Amino acid sequence: MILEAHDLRKRYGAFVALYGVSLSVREGEFVSIIGPNGAGKSTLINLLTGVLAPSEGHVRFKGRDIGGIGPVALARLGMARSFQLVQIFPDLTVLETLQAAVVSRLGRGGRLFASLRGDRQVQGEALEVADLFGLADRAHTPARTLPQGDKKLLDVASAFTLRPEIILLDEPTSGVSTADKHAVMEILVGAARRIGLKAIIQVEHDMDIVFGYSDRIIALHQGRVLADATPAAIRADARVVDMVIGRGAR
Amino acid sequence: MRTTPLVLGVVSAAILVLPLMVPPYYVTLMLPFMAYGVVLLGFNLLFGYTGLVSFGHALFISIGAYTGAVLTTKLGVRHMELILPAAALAAALAAAPVGALCVRYVKIYFGMLTLAFGMVFYTFLLKFYRLTGGDEGMRMLRPSLFGREWAGFSKTAYLVGPYYYFSLAVLLLATLVMWRIVGSPFGLCLKTIRDNPLKAESLGVSVPRYRWYAFMISAVYAAVGGALLAPPTGNVDPTLAYWTHSGNVVFMVLLGGFASFFGPLLGAFAFIFLQDTVMSVFPYWRLIFGAILAFIVIVAPGGLMGLFARR
Repeated sequence: MILEAHDLRKRYGAFVALYGVSLSVREGEFVSIIGPNGAGKSTLINLLTGVLAPSEGHVRFKGRDIGGIGPVALARLGMARSFQLVQIFPDLTVLETLQAAVVSRLGRGGRLFASLRGDRQVQGEALEVADLFGLADRAHTPARTLPQGDKKLLDVASAFTLRPEIILLDEPTSGVSTADKHAVMEILVGAARRIGLKAIIQVEHDMDIVFGYSDRIIALHQGRVLADATPAAIRADARVVDMVIGRGAR
Repeated sequence: MRTTPLVLGVVSAAILVLPLMVPPYYVTLMLPFMAYGVVLLGFNLLFGYTGLVSFGHALFISIGAYTGAVLTTKLGVRHMELILPAAALAAALAAAPVGALCVRYVKIYFGMLTLAFGMVFYTFLLKFYRLTGGDEGMRMLRPSLFGREWAGFSKTAYLVGPYYYFSLAVLLLATLVMWRIVGSPFGLCLKTIRDNPLKAESLGVSVPRYRWYAFMISAVYAAVGGALLAPPTGNVDPTLAYWTHSGNVVFMVLLGGFASFFGPLLGAFAFIFLQDTVMSVFPYWRLIFGAILAFIVIVAPGGLMGLFARR
């Protein structure tokens, strides 16, 4: 069990976003979290990634309680994430973005007078990841001028560069054209295999993507887990289809 | 940017032979340029590279200048080679707690906090008469340079000769060190924070800590520049810490262009010579400068450097 959430509750004042959510992710799994707007997905992500501390319950990553530990400590422990709204460094090139992630992973950010250009390991690893994500030919392009799909890839690629054990992808294909979605996912899954990622959690609205790649699907509804099962079982679950997926979407 | 080394070479050579070519008056104008050049290199690490605008940098400039004055008049230390490290140390000691507090805030809140600390120090300099000389300030005695006192030199000869080259050496060293810093892994981390702190944190970059480091470095640079500023005037006074002085620093960086490494140096140069020219023909020079600032912000946000070089 690499990630485990037990009876998570989260209240914002009088409003209750989560009413006791439990889930677990094992090594080798690709788990999707689905649910309509307001189901509590964003809150759940923020709890799973240590951005927020739960009101009750706990989240354990590799056996350690990570409630509210914050993004920096989380990255160091070996969990990375990408964002729903693409997050890039507009004025940095693709390569610089990836280099920054390598520098952070190797703990070399405190090197004030070292030459970044002369750091072969940083240069090499950044290029490797750029290659893996098909961004090598745009290595020197400033991130702000990339097409939307590449920005999304860069966001994810920089998270991969941290060589995490587990990654949480918040709508990895949102904002990507339908035609490109599968290409993006293929690159992601391929890169995950190459890097030796132990598990992937994604939050996704596109049911093609969810059913196409998941080993397991967790459906949230009104702050509770409605179902936690294999894609086949989820498809057969009338309640999930009605409340979360929608009959037309199949 | 293959022309950069060529331009740098020509400019350096010109600065090197300048005292032999032009009247001493213009050579002495180069002294504040070089002092502010050091200040601005540090200021821009915070502004251009980390994305934080300090409106209180005069605090550290004045700490540097007063360190020199106190050392030469009260403690009998005359070696500029000792004054500069002492100024740097004093600024670092002040910047550690001030920075730790300020970097918790961003944007206008950061700017206002730095401004507040600057004004606190200004008031201290103004009111603690016995310690600081109040509004009259303190004298800054002529420091010895390169191990010599230059006693036989007139003030002008001292300034356009040894002091000029000493300042130039400090500016060059400061430039080289800053060049290393912005090209280091540390410099890259600062740029990630400037561009997107949320993303930087998710990559494991500890945003407050790096902001604090950048703040400390920029304070040290400001103090070294401030210490260089004092000998030509021979006096330090509280206006060095006043907020309009901080404003001038911001102006210089905007004028030169904060998006480029050398922009601030160009800004310092343009500011000093422009101020001298405008002041000599028109008493209300701030009026002109205000118009220039408005023009830059609206029409040329890249500053002078943005006009010359496309990034």
